[in-house]
Amino acid sequence: MKEPSTIKDEVEFWRWREYHRVVQGKKWTSKDIITAGVDVGSVSSKAAIMINGEAYSWGITRTGSNSPESAKKALDWALEGTGLKLSDFKYIVGTGYGRVNVPMANKAVTEIACHAKGANYIWGPSVRTVLDVGGQDIKAIRSDETGRVVSFLMNDKCAAGTGRGMEVFADLLKIPIEEIGEISLKVDQEPPPVSCTCVAFAKTEAMGLFRKGWSKEKVLAAYTRAMAVRMANLIDRVGLEKELVITGGQSKNIGIASRIEVILGVKCLPMPNWRENGLDPMIAGALGAALFAKALYEKAQKS
Amino acid sequence: MITVGMDLGTQRVKAVILKNDTVVSRGQAFSGFDPTKAAEQAVGEALKKANLKISDVAYFVATGSAMEMAPYANSTVSMMGADAKAGVHIFPKARTIIDVGAEEARAVKCDKKGVMVDFVVNERCAAGAGAFIEAMARALEVKLEEMGPLSLKAERASPINASCVIFGESDVVSLIHRQESKPEIARAVFDAMADRISSMVHRLGVNPDVVLVGGVAKDVGFVASLKRKLGVDVLIPEFPDFAGALGAALAAASRAKEGQK
Repeated sequence: MKEPSTIKDEVEFWRWREYHRVVQGKKWTSKDIITAGVDVGSVSSKAAIMINGEAYSWGITRTGSNSPESAKKALDWALEGTGLKLSDFKYIVGTGYGRVNVPMANKAVTEIACHAKGANYIWGPSVRTVLDVGGQDIKAIRSDETGRVVSFLMNDKCAAGTGRGMEVFADLLKIPIEEIGEISLKVDQEPPPVSCTCVAFAKTEAMGLFRKGWSKEKVLAAYTRAMAVRMANLIDRVGLEKELVITGGQSKNIGIASRIEVILGVKCLPMPNWRENGLDPMIAGALGAALFAKALYEKAQKS
Repeated sequence: MITVGMDLGTQRVKAVILKNDTVVSRGQAFSGFDPTKAAEQAVGEALKKANLKISDVAYFVATGSAMEMAPYANSTVSMMGADAKAGVHIFPKARTIIDVGAEEARAVKCDKKGVMVDFVVNERCAAGAGAFIEAMARALEVKLEEMGPLSLKAERASPINASCVIFGESDVVSLIHRQESKPEIARAVFDAMADRISSMVHRLGVNPDVVLVGGVAKDVGFVASLKRKLGVDVLIPEFPDFAGALGAALAAASRAKEGQK
């Protein structure tokens, strides 16, 4: 008997694409300084490999219940197709929520420092404010032209607006998470933000709006608006200085980014074309960690 | 004189019937999607128990988050106003009334006449309301009413992220995988919630006597945690979940008397 290939009711709307990539046209030799950064977040684990401080390959995967395994999985994926082995690395830095559980790392560095550094690498020295929207927290980071952290603010007490919160909302509205941003913009007029942002109450809140005859798009727009307001407030409190960029999984949510731009009245630096050959803003932390790894290796060589 | 108070909460509708300021009966029904119908059921149940008819009632007052959907209501009273009235009616020395419901928590400061002076409220975050205990009970796979007794078996609380229902759920699941003790997880849930409520009450000032009402007041685990966090004794009426309805019924009685003058 043949099993049905897909069961409609079991579509996982929260699931996003896990992938890996090797930058085309780059070669390495054993003389190069090969480093890696492994960013184990609460929702996704990212690993980036750098050759002499230049991005070479990366892997992005979902964090499982076991942090060391997730770290290994991400790094194995970044290694795939590169011909590199673990022993080729001069230095590895772990970062993120699970940074102390990265078994192959020589050192752990906070994700705040890594995101500022990584954003500086992706967008260049004009970056001064980084909004990092992670799976479990939201950080607004101020940095200088070298990517060093000047100050930061963080909200890690509430799921509203985080990647995890968005996953719950995607499931609730039965919209694939990667389309949530586009769909939230499909409204003729922007509705007012939802008053209650608690993810646990989102169901009740959404049901109430549906009863009022609101469309899915409108409900999503109101919710996304409320999330963008929260993030804009955090940026405001840390003190916005241009240029502004967004990192983390939610950087891919155009609904969030475009609303933050409207609320704050500034444009973010353009998103790299990560689907084709650009760097992925989701790996900013891992890239920053790989850069710290290079600096730490060079420092150790000098002494 | 017969008066009725209805409290249309997010989870249940409660009704209290008063005869000359004394409670004669109570009724309740699940709110579901039709709070109006639930209120009719709750009032119907209470009337039946007291052998009364709708026409016997001199005055109806509604309160609760869905009060504007109440049937029969001659007028409404704020949830804080109802809490203050009921708290001082049951415990004359009460000056701080804490009400923890399914989706909301508030604290009301009142005077000796049961008039509200000031209040604070949490209605934006599920981590400070009964919904939190419900979600965590689901994650722990224990019945809601077992959570309290379970937590009392613990000497300490597990380290969980208890600031948010969503994060708490995933934390509880991973703790269960690690075979952490369920009582300690349950205790962590109540401690975290009590922490939130206690800091909310502190913004208002803790003036004794402190009274706890609302459905969550029936949970022994939460009560134990709240007493520890507040550091004062907490008085609980026999029917804490009917406090809002009682307050509304008391308001109905005084408004009916005003009308007779």
